Amino acid sequence: MADQVYWDDLNEGDEVPTLVKKVSTQQLVMWAAASGDFYQIHYDERFAKNNKLQGIIVHGALKCAFLGQYLHDWAGEKGAIKGYQVSYRGMDYPNQEILCKGVVTKKYEQDGEHIVDLDIWTETGAADEGDDRPKNEVGLKTTPGSARVALPVRG
Amino acid sequence: MTQETEAESIITDEMRANVGKESAPQTLEVTTTAIRMFARAVGHTDQIYYDEEYAKSKGHRSIVAPPAFFGTGIYNPKHGGGAGGANLMLPNGRVLRGLDGGREFEYTGVEICAGDVLTAVSKTVDLSERKSSLGMMMITRRQTTYTNQNGEVVAHAYGTSLQY
Repeated sequence: MADQVYWDDLNEGDEVPTLVKKVSTQQLVMWAAASGDFYQIHYDERFAKNNKLQGIIVHGALKCAFLGQYLHDWAGEKGAIKGYQVSYRGMDYPNQEILCKGVVTKKYEQDGEHIVDLDIWTETGAADEGDDRPKNEVGLKTTPGSARVALPVRG
Repeated sequence: MTQETEAESIITDEMRANVGKESAPQTLEVTTTAIRMFARAVGHTDQIYYDEEYAKSKGHRSIVAPPAFFGTGIYNPKHGGGAGGANLMLPNGRVLRGLDGGREFEYTGVEICAGDVLTAVSKTVDLSERKSSLGMMMITRRQTTYTNQNGEVVAHAYGTSLQY
């Protein structure tokens, strides 16, 4: 985790440092167990194809949790996620990077707290060389969303 | 399955009648083990999700529920529902496939920690359908309120599911 970020130091338009994630099918099975979502499209390729999908896809909720990790780690020990929302607009596949990104859209005080609003999203990154699973083009925003985070001020 | 069947409405009268009706409360246990499993599956590195002593040293009651984690429902085979996420059979025999459409969380500021027992009450707040590249797509938006064992609301959540 990076150093504590302070509300004072941020401006609208500032980018949050990217968090790079990438999932294997093994991690999808770990997520299935952890989340209780045992839908077969996330680990059974034949089932996924019978459901009109190109192959096994990453759980939307896992991408949502990745963005939760991204916000949590950025907000630091003294910050707090007030809320966030995501839409699963595009599918992601195993063995291709999922980049968590964000930008500050608004900075304000509310009920005694120092808040920033952010646009957040996941974007596809580099795919494993020679992997024959379906892949997305690089730079596709598959999971757009927004967030509200409370941050500390410099004392 | 023919093209005509795929263009037909998939919303049943039963589904429409269900809009706005609150579900029976669901009990969700927030355990240390489930938190660690969740944090591991995501790839979290913050020790507040793994190490109880560390979490307490940072002012938390126990290890903390990571973002988007609201505990584990209590499974019992006599109540069914063993595997979350499945294709759904309509009364006319048509099978509906599912996709998750998105999530939204609003935290109230009351922290969720291991040892908590949450109660979730949900209701469908919107039901619609549209033609998509995968055929007729039904879009369901559900609202869920999570309350802890002290009667404090910890979060409001919305989920959108797609069925086709």
